[in-house]
Amino acid sequence: MTREIFKKHIQTLEKEVTEMGEMVVTAINRSIEALKVLDSEAAEKIIADDVKINKKRWDIEEKCINLIATQQPVASDLREIIAVLSIATDLERMGDHAEGIGKIVILHGKEPLIKPLVDIPQMADICVDMLKRSIDAFLKRDAAAATAICAEDDKVDLLHEQVYRVLLSYMIENPRVITYATYLIWAAHNLERIADRVTNICERIVFLTTGSMHEINVSRY
Amino acid sequence: MVNFMVSLSNPMEIETTIETKNLNLYYGDFRALNDVNIKIPGRNVTAIIGPSGCGKSTLLRCFNRMNDLTENAKVQGKIIIEGNNILELETDLIFLRKKVGMVFQRPNVFDLSIYNNLKFGLRIHRMLSDKDHIMQAIQSGLEQVNLWQELKDKLRKNARSLTLEQQQRLCIARVIILKPDIILLDEPCSALDPIATLRIEELLRILRQQYTLVIVTHNMQQAARVSDYTGFMYLGQLIEFGETNQIFTNPGEKLTENYISGYFG
Repeated sequence: MTREIFKKHIQTLEKEVTEMGEMVVTAINRSIEALKVLDSEAAEKIIADDVKINKKRWDIEEKCINLIATQQPVASDLREIIAVLSIATDLERMGDHAEGIGKIVILHGKEPLIKPLVDIPQMADICVDMLKRSIDAFLKRDAAAATAICAEDDKVDLLHEQVYRVLLSYMIENPRVITYATYLIWAAHNLERIADRVTNICERIVFLTTGSMHEINVSRY
Repeated sequence: MVNFMVSLSNPMEIETTIETKNLNLYYGDFRALNDVNIKIPGRNVTAIIGPSGCGKSTLLRCFNRMNDLTENAKVQGKIIIEGNNILELETDLIFLRKKVGMVFQRPNVFDLSIYNNLKFGLRIHRMLSDKDHIMQAIQSGLEQVNLWQELKDKLRKNARSLTLEQQQRLCIARVIILKPDIILLDEPCSALDPIATLRIEELLRILRQQYTLVIVTHNMQQAARVSDYTGFMYLGQLIEFGETNQIFTNPGEKLTENYISGYFG
């Protein structure tokens, strides 16, 4: 068997993507927990930790570039490196969305939530589940699982619409809550984008596995 | 009777292709080519890749019947070039090798002047006319391989005094001057340094506009860089043939993938 060193580099990349995925899952979970109780201290931590996610993305990109430059990968090796580059970018943006929720917590301040959060945590749960499963599908090269995950995006979209409708009715009823209702709409929007980013990852898994590059689930947003 | 000369009389009007049908080649009892069926598109670069001994050079040499020169070589099947099976006994081999030229691994210039190297082929194929026409042909050949400016004042110099890259360009010019339709290249850059290799590759990309080029190479990056189509051979069989972009990003056969990815070979 040749190219053992190259294979080890690829395994390192997969490990790094898994770690980055875990960092993003933690960031999303923490951001929602912080939003539920308006914990600005926790929010500050999420914002600070996003730097680590960003750095992880650059580290992965650098490794990918070095592998392309020095190993001249082709076929599925090349597709894997391209997929990893793309996945790292999407994970980094998901980290930014979690950071965005953290910033909303800080903007919201100590003013009580205008309503208990129901749909937003549910959106977050689905996003986290989609993300974990997508990383698993990446490691297993499972195109069928990746395609199935994309269908979950519709659930997040529906919840997003629901959050928007409900908060709109709150704003119509009481214009004084517009600022805080808008914060929550932004938070929901961040989660909706996270789910879209997971579908991007799934598309890359299908590309990696089959060589076919196409959109699986067209977002309504 | 094969009407080879008529079919090739106006190459610019004909889309040149090479097609093999159930091509087998034996060296004694050894089967070097095993039922090879390939269609090589005209006016493109086609690369044949595969590990040592897979039959890629043997296949290439079939296209102008160079294997006829090998003792014990026996060919079965068909090789159709522009409608004619060149394996027919009646094929005019001199004419075939004029129309299907070949460039080898090491530049094989003759121990003659640059001028006489180029004139040699014209003489063999009785394409000599007056001095002016010979000079025009030589200038055109050297221009096509980007040597004219460098060599126009040194045509009486011995060709062996040139650099290896210049010698290989000269060999390509020597083929071109005979107005071939197809140029076969057997590892044409293996004796050259990386920069000279890249310059020859650039030349091949230009020549493909006028000629059908078939290149055998063990350098997979070269095949990826220079060719439009790639065929992968293994143990005498053509495992896969397709567009180079597809072969190098998403090959259909696991064996191809493992070879081009460097996992064996």
